[in-house]
Amino acid sequence: MSQHFKEQAAVISSKRIGTDVMELVIKTKDVAANSAAGQFVNLYCKDGARLLPRPISLCGVDKETGTLRLVYRIVGKGTEEFATLKEGDTIEIMGPLGNGFPLDKADKAAILMGGGIGIPPMIELAKELKEAGCNKITAVLGYRDELFLNEDMAQYADVVIATEDGSVGTKGNVLDAIREQGVTGEVIYACGPTPMLRAIKNYGMENNLITYLSLEERMACGIGACLACVCKSKEKDEHTNVNNKRVCKEGPVFLAEEVEI
Amino acid sequence: MNTSVNLAGVVLKNPVMEASGTFGSGMEYGEFVDLNKLGAVVTKGVANVPWPGNPTPRIAEVHGGMLNAIGLQNPGIDVFCERDIPFLKKYDTKIIVNVCGKTTEDYIEVVERLANEPVDMLEINISCPNVKEGGIAFGQDPKAVEAITKEVKRYAKQPIIMKLSPNVTDITVMAKAAEAGGADVLSLINTLTGMKIDINRQTFAIANKTGGMSGPAVKPIAVRMVYQVANAVSLPIIGMGGIATAEDALEFILAGATAVSVGTANFYNPYATLDVVKGIEDYMRSKNVEDINSLIGLVK
Repeated sequence: MSQHFKEQAAVISSKRIGTDVMELVIKTKDVAANSAAGQFVNLYCKDGARLLPRPISLCGVDKETGTLRLVYRIVGKGTEEFATLKEGDTIEIMGPLGNGFPLDKADKAAILMGGGIGIPPMIELAKELKEAGCNKITAVLGYRDELFLNEDMAQYADVVIATEDGSVGTKGNVLDAIREQGVTGEVIYACGPTPMLRAIKNYGMENNLITYLSLEERMACGIGACLACVCKSKEKDEHTNVNNKRVCKEGPVFLAEEVEI
Repeated sequence: MNTSVNLAGVVLKNPVMEASGTFGSGMEYGEFVDLNKLGAVVTKGVANVPWPGNPTPRIAEVHGGMLNAIGLQNPGIDVFCERDIPFLKKYDTKIIVNVCGKTTEDYIEVVERLANEPVDMLEINISCPNVKEGGIAFGQDPKAVEAITKEVKRYAKQPIIMKLSPNVTDITVMAKAAEAGGADVLSLINTLTGMKIDINRQTFAIANKTGGMSGPAVKPIAVRMVYQVANAVSLPIIGMGGIATAEDALEFILAGATAVSVGTANFYNPYATLDVVKGIEDYMRSKNVEDINSLIGLVK
């Protein structure tokens, strides 16, 4: 298991890239250098009334400069607070947390599926898969209406888009887009809302594809102690010996057949 | 300067431990906290068999605190004895095992199983608000508190700590019942039953509907209850409820607690226990306090 670092990171930039979507770039001492696609960091609020850290996925990791690029949606008071950060501020973080996506199947054609705020970790994954030699990466990105990060993704992958309102690409969800636009591949990597992941799990099984899902759950500590963020697993978990894997520790990335969602 | 305290004959190097359920058995926090520096490690509740716990979401943040309804997920006493006790024995700290159960027999089974294990004390959880059977069902009726305390005491080889619920009209009634039943130490408070509604999803924020509230927001209630209990019984008290800093811990000690537990603060500051240990020493130095025992219950 990788080591966790808790530190004050320096804000390099913070900007709005969508109606309620923010991009935060921070310089870290140790976290970035040890991070990989699919892992996450905890961000801590300065307002003491908001105790619990906010788990945020990694959109970009630059090990050389020690920077992390985080793209998150403003969904409550904590993320509203983060949205007020500006260059020169500091923010307390802990990471890297969880296990990232495996890169050992980079020799196989990859389908990356991101839904909404599940899209950011797919950017770093596409980059790392490409660096690992993956030569066929198709990214299927699902949005409600407004696009973000699709141009970033185009650097690493063929991009297919689905929008709920049909304003861009396929009208519908990521699976509608896969079918309509004839996307093929051998391994699926997905992150997004649970109903989407459930449908992708079924799709992967029907089509006999290796499928990795990045799950989300309410969490407190982020290091496997509080047992808040469990998911139902096929195998007994190492902590409790029941069927409750910890999203923060054994996850957030799981083989689809390993979890009941 | 003496920071050691005595809980029913068990001498702790300092009064600082962490609250059951916020620290596992210390494995996850070991990379942040040198467990040798803690007075004791209190484990998460352990039952006779593995418990899977409640459905998710299990937690929600509230202003200055959180609600949890984990439901005492635990691996059961067999795995615990094989894995967690040997891990903790590597450290120079006292081991307090939190015991949970659905029936008196469940508690006794765990207590008997621990009789020959190298653990220093047992904390009997009769106050978890998040499980349907056992837990708080024992902790809200003085007759039941006295009866289960007596039963546990019959089988326990280690001193027993009865963990009290704040979800009662008068906590001193429960404290006296535990004392009458033969408890060696009392710990308080467990969490306060609360609820949060998610107005966007128009449903409960946690799947269990209710959850136990903890965190800095509950501290004044906890300090008040520790003070009341300290003045009602002659047993030593482990005080907890919203302790995040040494200042918080000192309030509990001055109110009558012999030892203190850091709970929810571990989740946002994994170094919180060490901060409290150091802060208490700094306070003693600045106030020229030679012996921490002279602070216990100083405020009358």
